[in-house]
Amino acid sequence: MRRLEVDVRHKSFAAASGGRLDVIGSLAFSLGNGEVGALVGPSGCGKTTLLRIIAGLDRDYDGSVTLPDHGRLGVVFQEPRLLPWRTLEQNVRLAAPDASDEALTALFRALGLDAHRQLFPGELSLGLARRAALARAFAVEPELLLLDEPFVSLDDTLAMRLRDELAELVTRRPVTTLLVTHNVDEAIGLADRLFFLSASPARVIAEVPVARPREKRTAEELAALRAEIARKLGQA
Amino acid sequence: MAIRLVSFALLIAAWYAGAQFAGDARVLPGPWAVALMMADEARSGTLAFNLGATLSRVAIAFALAMLIGSAIGWAMGRYRTADRFGDPWLIVLLNLPALVIIVLAYIWAGLTETAAIIAVALNKLPIAAVTVREGARALDRGLDDMAQVFRMNALTRMRHVVLPQLAPYLAAAARSGLSLVWKIVLIVELLGRPNGVGFEIGTAFQLFDVTKILTYALAFTAVMLVIETFLVQPVERHVARWRPKAA
Repeated sequence: MRRLEVDVRHKSFAAASGGRLDVIGSLAFSLGNGEVGALVGPSGCGKTTLLRIIAGLDRDYDGSVTLPDHGRLGVVFQEPRLLPWRTLEQNVRLAAPDASDEALTALFRALGLDAHRQLFPGELSLGLARRAALARAFAVEPELLLLDEPFVSLDDTLAMRLRDELAELVTRRPVTTLLVTHNVDEAIGLADRLFFLSASPARVIAEVPVARPREKRTAEELAALRAEIARKLGQA
Repeated sequence: MAIRLVSFALLIAAWYAGAQFAGDARVLPGPWAVALMMADEARSGTLAFNLGATLSRVAIAFALAMLIGSAIGWAMGRYRTADRFGDPWLIVLLNLPALVIIVLAYIWAGLTETAAIIAVALNKLPIAAVTVREGARALDRGLDDMAQVFRMNALTRMRHVVLPQLAPYLAAAARSGLSLVWKIVLIVELLGRPNGVGFEIGTAFQLFDVTKILTYALAFTAVMLVIETFLVQPVERHVARWRPKAA
């Protein structure tokens, strides 16, 4: 079984004013199978660009990316990116034509989408649309799950609930997962391993493993973890 | 629906008043005279025969122009090289008068059915291409990325991702295209076909038979109205069913 190996040596964009804009410096990390990693960094540090490179949507960079196994991807973009002219269920089935009816039903039930299967995305709230995007990513039974700020612009309560649902799905069926976020608490709540990125051009400034299993973290442990992160970032 | 009927009745009334005012049935016959002639032509079967001939030319030329024009427009909207290559051709075709294309087609290919249909299709094709090109330029890259990461095959992408985005542009091209095509088909028939609505209007013109001209023009307009109501509009409604309803 291959693991996720990311080694981007350099990535730049052509700036509108001419010249090149460096987005990613030398950035390398790897993630074991079934591990959940979180890339944490300030807005605009190149997190989304990195995710696009890993997803194979951007091939114009120096370096290499090795995907786990056959590299079957499940991606949750920042916006839900559902097809507005297809129902929620059709959206999921089009991405995962091989998924069985039972698997989909279980997935819809776990995400509270059972009653909304036949609705069009325009009839869904943002929270439901994000759940639909999660359902689509899980339905393909991915070997690598990529999540780009999946809870951004949701209210705190809803974001927390969705985070718990996601944690439960990942625990039930372990899948190598890479989460991109600027929210440290969100990262601690979900990930086994945190990678802190510098401002652009991005590189990894600290790697923090989170040892305990996700569901057993207490408030004290989280506080201790946050203190450790602050210390490590202070050194970097 | 009631507003439509009132509007239609008003049109007939205006026509009737105009005929009374003109006072000469050779210049502007009243609605009744035209209705009688329409019944006559329908009974003898010539109306159905000529309508059928024109309608089949419209259908074939329209289908050809939409199919090829849309494919060209999609490619030009999608690939910059195709756009740069095809643009001069489009500009030439768009600005070539319909009459020139028709006359040249008849000279080069003879007074044949093929020449007639190609001439009509060539007139419509660039308009379809230009409209669909705008649609292809506006395709959502985010959905494209989505289709790529989920490894959708080419057929699924075309049918579920690309075509629904192009639907409003295809509908606009079809709408304007249908009315344009049947007008050009009439000219093609007038100039070089032995049957069809255009041919009948041509002979009526030589005899200054305004009643006959109106009979054929209105009969064919009615056919197009039926197509619009029972074919185009239901298809549009089906394609737009996911959109939130307008108040």
